[in-house]
Amino acid sequence: MQIFTCPFCGERNETEFHFVGEAGKVRPATSGEISESEWARYLYAQRNDLGSTREIWIHLPCQELFLMERDSMTMGVRGTRKLRKENG
Amino acid sequence: MSAERLTSGGKIDRGQQLSFTFDGMSYSGFKGDTLASALLANGVRIVGRSFKYHRPRGVWGAWVDDPNAIFNVRLGGYEFPNCAGATTYLVDGMELKAVNAWPSARFDVKGGLDLFHRWLGAGFYYKTFMWPDWHLFEPMIRKMAGLGRLEPGLSEAYRSDQSHDQCELLVIGGGAAGLAAARAACEAGHNVVLVDDHAEMGGALYRVGGVEGTDAADWVAAQVNAINLAGGRILTETTAFGVFDHKLVGLVQNRTFGEAPKLIRMRAGRVLLATGALDRPLTFANNDLPGIMSLDAADEFLGRYGVLVGRKIVILRNGRGEDGIVDRLKVAGADVADLAVGEGNLSAYGRKAVRGVIMDGNMIEADAVLVSGGRTPLVHLWCHAGGKLSWDDYSSAFVPAIAPDGFAAIGAANGTFDIDDTLAEARARALGQSVTKAARRDPAHPPRLMTGWRGRQWIDFQHDVTLKDVELSARENYASVEHLKRYTTLGMASDQGKTSNMAGLAAMAQLTGRTIPEVGTTTFRPPFVPLPIETYHGHHRGQLFHPLKRLALEAEHRAAGAALCEYGGWLRPGWYGTGDPDDRAQDEARMARRSVGILDASPLGKIEVMGPDAEAFMNFIYYNTMATLAPGNIRYGFMLTEQGVVYDDGVVARMGDNRFIVSCSSSHVDGVSRMLEIWRQDGNDPDRLFIHDTTQNWTTLTLTGPKARVVAKGLELPLDLSPEVFPHMAIRECDMDGNPLRVARVSFTGDVSIEISVRPSRAVALWNRMCDLAREVGGGPIGIEALSILRAEKGFIIVGKDTDGETMPHDLGFAAPRMRKKTEYVGDRGLHSEAANDPDRRQLVGLAVPAGANRLTTGAHIVSEPVNPKSEGIVTSSYFSPTLDRPIALALLARGSERHGQTVTIWHMGQSCMATVCAPCAFDSKGDRLHA
Repeated sequence: MQIFTCPFCGERNETEFHFVGEAGKVRPATSGEISESEWARYLYAQRNDLGSTREIWIHLPCQELFLMERDSMTMGVRGTRKLRKENG
Repeated sequence: MSAERLTSGGKIDRGQQLSFTFDGMSYSGFKGDTLASALLANGVRIVGRSFKYHRPRGVWGAWVDDPNAIFNVRLGGYEFPNCAGATTYLVDGMELKAVNAWPSARFDVKGGLDLFHRWLGAGFYYKTFMWPDWHLFEPMIRKMAGLGRLEPGLSEAYRSDQSHDQCELLVIGGGAAGLAAARAACEAGHNVVLVDDHAEMGGALYRVGGVEGTDAADWVAAQVNAINLAGGRILTETTAFGVFDHKLVGLVQNRTFGEAPKLIRMRAGRVLLATGALDRPLTFANNDLPGIMSLDAADEFLGRYGVLVGRKIVILRNGRGEDGIVDRLKVAGADVADLAVGEGNLSAYGRKAVRGVIMDGNMIEADAVLVSGGRTPLVHLWCHAGGKLSWDDYSSAFVPAIAPDGFAAIGAANGTFDIDDTLAEARARALGQSVTKAARRDPAHPPRLMTGWRGRQWIDFQHDVTLKDVELSARENYASVEHLKRYTTLGMASDQGKTSNMAGLAAMAQLTGRTIPEVGTTTFRPPFVPLPIETYHGHHRGQLFHPLKRLALEAEHRAAGAALCEYGGWLRPGWYGTGDPDDRAQDEARMARRSVGILDASPLGKIEVMGPDAEAFMNFIYYNTMATLAPGNIRYGFMLTEQGVVYDDGVVARMGDNRFIVSCSSSHVDGVSRMLEIWRQDGNDPDRLFIHDTTQNWTTLTLTGPKARVVAKGLELPLDLSPEVFPHMAIRECDMDGNPLRVARVSFTGDVSIEISVRPSRAVALWNRMCDLAREVGGGPIGIEALSILRAEKGFIIVGKDTDGETMPHDLGFAAPRMRKKTEYVGDRGLHSEAANDPDRRQLVGLAVPAGANRLTTGAHIVSEPVNPKSEGIVTSSYFSPTLDRPIALALLARGSERHGQTVTIWHMGQSCMATVCAPCAFDSKGDRLHA
């Protein structure tokens, strides 16, 4: 069982978390023209890196999304940080 | 002659005699005995039968490495299957039965199978039972296979407790290495837990004379005392069975026999493996005869249990140095021939038990043959954690190499057998220091092998894998070690290859001209020892595994005679009253159409969406335009996935400019709220938008039917309910007796419906008053089953029942936003994909059956033609409508919307019938009743 660190609540068991998606994926503006392949890439293509990954996760009890950098090979967690911008 | 109990020696308590039976015969043992040692002490040689050939099997190992002594144990009226004889302690009154043998291990009727071994090689079943169809033979073969029996009436009290724990340093194994390490770490101030799977600490130290100048027993006691004094924790009879992610170590602690073991999830900062090593077998002809056992096991039976395994003993060694065992056996009264095994021919003889060995043509009589093929470090946990192994030529064994983060192996588990080296290594590792001095290893010759020699040479004792099977595997090119394992089942027995893996690898290496490290090992996986499945689930079963959400009015529903069933995670009334549930649902539906039904709709979603950005957000989340919804009004809509598929349907109420309530499906609230929350934080300013699930803050009771308004009026709500000021699809909030009250006009039945929501604390009063008023006009409570009929009569869908993973809103007749909505919304691009424009899409239709026909079967296919049927759609909902007095159905059908009036064939389980395609709405299609 892995331990992830929610930036708001601290260390918790992995069962409290849900994977949301790979970081850096931006929804294409659907008001414009988007080709089938571009849309399919957004929906289905994942980098699925072996090694260092950047992912968005949600901590279910507090419902906050955060960014997690981890190693998909060793399962080591390199760090987590809030998604929202700090004030000021 | 066979094994016997000595009058003195061992760690058993001769003052406490325990009676037990084995295959119906009565025996006795002592407190401290395992099942295996007690049987040996009584001279029992055959303790079971092998899996495939039903060959007689004797005890091989004295602890976790024994693959042979497996019993069904009956105690206290309960039967416990597959108890490992070498690790289960004897309890007075146990009734043991050998597994895989009938009527007994000694006389097994299937023993004759062994005569056919020539035709029963690896892969025999798959090759032989190919024609005409494997499935014809499978039931018979399955009946013959398998170990143990699961008797009905297992103890309900057999429940595993589970706990979580943590420590700075976890030391696994309480032998010399583990004790020295744990003490050093404790005394340096670390939080240490030391576990050992035996009842007492010290490992095999009790066999040696002294440690660091003191008597071994005193040394062990001194370490235990020092660990306790320094605040270390010692867990006995506790096995570390697996290492999982982030240094979570699974510990299982035995309790009294008959009680499920306790599971401890130990989170360790660092882990030291002091798990020791196992003696491995030698491969020679007839090496499976009862009476042949591991040298280490014989030493253990003598030292720990006071059992001498034979009077005339032959020891067969493959390089392992003499460490006093010959003297110990001789002192106990045995005649010992200590033989080093060379390259020459070697076989054992005897029929049901070993009677001697033939070495290089010389017959040597023996009643016990003790075998040592060299010691294999127990590296299972090391490998679970991701550690690497390297092959050590000197000791002919895989030893720990690259360490997983936070792990170190010490002592025999690291291939270090010298006691002084072990202690130095343990103390350095305990403090996190590296070990510079290379430890002296234990020499062993590479595993020897005689190919082409007559006689069967066993590699896996339990599963009957012989050298011949490995040869066959190599010949048929299953030469990879993982293929070898699966083709021959080598290492798949309940000991998971603890005895057989090395011999198997060595054989494959020799047969294919490779070295052992080139062949490699199979993957080590948890658990290290077999565990009862109860250990894993603990109390997570039944309602605790899947807790249901409960209604505030559950007691009232029960009092009203409700049958409570699970609907989408909620325990809800399915129907009220006794008798046939279908009849009850029909009666309730009829009542609701004639008078009024009261439905507990509390589980309906009530997710609040608030903030200055709420309107734009709702417009983005919903397929339907929500920006134009005026405060105080309600609108029906769909949420889609980005693929354009219907994810949920429900109504949205706008409570103010910046506040909406999402009333999603009852079973879907958690999913919808998470989806909203993710969109809120991903792409929106979370300081201008807030989402809060208030579903369980309210009890909602719905009045539906022509008399709904009469009952509502009787409730004397502080609201004007007249349709002119409170029309259909409107919502009002007010205050009643100081409590909030919410009333909505929204209908899932096609009749006038009034949804009244109050705080759960006011629910009982509201329910009682409603029931009284409804009774006066011939109405009453209705359950979910009746509601399902009422909504189906109107053609209202349930997402996930009347839709599937491809259904888009335009398949359901809601095409307008797809064509006209200008702003972006979730699923918009998906709705214009090639698939979305397919003219053959399955669309929602109704189905009518000819007069007098039965109702259709839900899930039945609508087929193109009855002869060579090809599915064009599926019946999604089917009921008998009491209102219309005929069956009704909803279906998804290819090109359905343009096929109204067509006759189609419905196919189900080889039977077909006819139906006519019609509009989904079968009742009051103009909607007159809604505004009555």
